[in-house]
Amino acid sequence: MIQIKDLSKIYTTKERVVKGVDNVSLNITTGEVFGIVGYSGAGKSSLIRCLNLLEKPTSGEIKIDGLNLMKLRGRKLRQARLKIGMIFQHFHLISQKTIYENIAFALRAAKTPASQINKRVTELLEMVGLADKRDVYPAQLSGGQKQRVGIARALANNPSVLLCDEATSALDPNTTLSILRLLKKINKELKITIVLITHEMNVVKEICDRMAIMQDGKVIEEGAVYDIFSGPKEELTKEFISSVVSFDVPSAILNKCTGRIVKVMYKGDVAGEGIISDTVQQYNIKGNFLHGSIEYIQEIPLGIFLMELQGDNQEVEKAISYMSSRASLVEVIDHGN
Amino acid sequence: MGIDFQHVVELMPDITKAFGETLYMISISLAVALVFGLPLGILLFVTDKGLFLENIVVKSVLGFIVNMVRSIPYIILLVALIPLTKLIVGNPYGPAAASVSLSAAAIPFFARIVETSLREIDKGVIEAAIAVGATPWMIIKDVLFPEAKSSIIQGVTLTVISLVAYSAMAGVVGGGGIGDLAIRFGYYRYDNTIMIVTVVILIVFVQLIQFAGDWISKIIDKR
Ligand SMILES: Nc1ncnc2c1ncn2[C@@H]1O[C@H](COP(=O)(O)OP(=O)(O)OP(=O)(O)O)[C@@H](O)[C@H]1O
Ligand SMILES: [Mg+2]
Repeated sequence: MIQIKDLSKIYTTKERVVKGVDNVSLNITTGEVFGIVGYSGAGKSSLIRCLNLLEKPTSGEIKIDGLNLMKLRGRKLRQARLKIGMIFQHFHLISQKTIYENIAFALRAAKTPASQINKRVTELLEMVGLADKRDVYPAQLSGGQKQRVGIARALANNPSVLLCDEATSALDPNTTLSILRLLKKINKELKITIVLITHEMNVVKEICDRMAIMQDGKVIEEGAVYDIFSGPKEELTKEFISSVVSFDVPSAILNKCTGRIVKVMYKGDVAGEGIISDTVQQYNIKGNFLHGSIEYIQEIPLGIFLMELQGDNQEVEKAISYMSSRASLVEVIDHGN
Repeated sequence: MGIDFQHVVELMPDITKAFGETLYMISISLAVALVFGLPLGILLFVTDKGLFLENIVVKSVLGFIVNMVRSIPYIILLVALIPLTKLIVGNPYGPAAASVSLSAAAIPFFARIVETSLREIDKGVIEAAIAVGATPWMIIKDVLFPEAKSSIIQGVTLTVISLVAYSAMAGVVGGGGIGDLAIRFGYYRYDNTIMIVTVVILIVFVQLIQFAGDWISKIIDKR
């Protein structure tokens, strides 16, 4: 679907040279929701803006549906852009035009016959749930509603890809959730591939299938969202994950613990919860929960518990190996005293 | 000093004629400024670095010409353009003749104002239009122009008011209009009444233009 190969975008300003995107290669498959996360300045926007050539890459290759984008210019490029929708953090609607006109603008860019524009706009407004706002100006809408207009405009010409540059970052949590649901629906029902960038892990957790983490213009880790959440490799990835799946136990409490502290993680199966009670029953040990949560990532549970095991050293060892045989991961964090 | 109403009534025909001439000069030069200055301003903007019709050569050549004309004081431009005026209007005197130099001054003035108005537009809105696959012409017509319209109207107001000032200067060299009246009566004949009347007319006129400009610019703005 989208093939990015050795893509670089170098910004040269008077003071310095910045590698906005540094030799990035990614393959995004048809029909997936692909998330790109990273801190401010990591190069997320630069990367996504290269995908429709809003930013001209310095080097590399971008293919969308087999079409080599960087070979296109003028009319050919405009035609390719019709099939690549984009929405923005600050919506970017034409403030002096009504919602209807804003969406019709996109349709006219595709030379849609005037007789069909009205019908198509109505259809799009219904899809995003704004049928009653058609003759209103953007200033009269809330942020969430403006983003819905942005989405309608981006989908006007039936694109195969939708690029989302921090599409929910200006919205409150509830509105964010409703926009994410809409995006998910678009992805599922219209089979549109979505590439979204964000700095919020919750967004990724909510709708992404796969993700990449960016730092200093480079992709430092990529994979299925579930895999990354359950087994982050890079430090930065762990840092991001911790905003959703946090194992931080105050050091005051850790210091008080005398037993061995283990982290138990199980994937995909809620029944895994039984591991803990089974262990405590079978072995002569005491278990204290320090922390625990079950996150649903793409509706698949990911359980993580932090517990203190107290008792005879050998019993504890046996208990740990028993747990290891059942859980996905058991990690001793602190050996205790 | 003081106003002699009898005298004002006496000179009413001269005053209305002069005011009519001023309106005539301003209308012509404003029309010319709109017709040529608007596209010129848009061109200055869209050929700028990073914009969708980026063209360094066009941008610098146009920018240079605009700056050049704008750096010439109007009174010098007026004299310097006498040959051109003769060519276009036939004679170098009267309101029609004055309109030539007024237009020449107003075009670059208005063009810069348009360019500045366009610069105020959120770059993101332009980008969104590019991303949607719109042609440059569509972006100019349906994004740049509507988004800057309100601010451009303010620019028209500013241009008209500058033209009022310039047209009075044109009066000094026989261009007719209110300035001419003020010079002939107020200056050469020490006619205070006429002086005061012209000043009052100009003040009221400028206030009205400003008021109308602000009002229109406000009602068309949908933000
Ligand atoms: N037009 C530009 N000119 C010069 N440098 C730029 C330009 N755009 C981006 N950069 C630089 O490139 C780097 C990546 O920027 P980018 O906007 O892609 O980051 P980001 O990950 O989107 O950050 P944020 O979360 O703040 O939006 C930054 O160091 C930034 O300063
Ligand atoms: Mg960004």
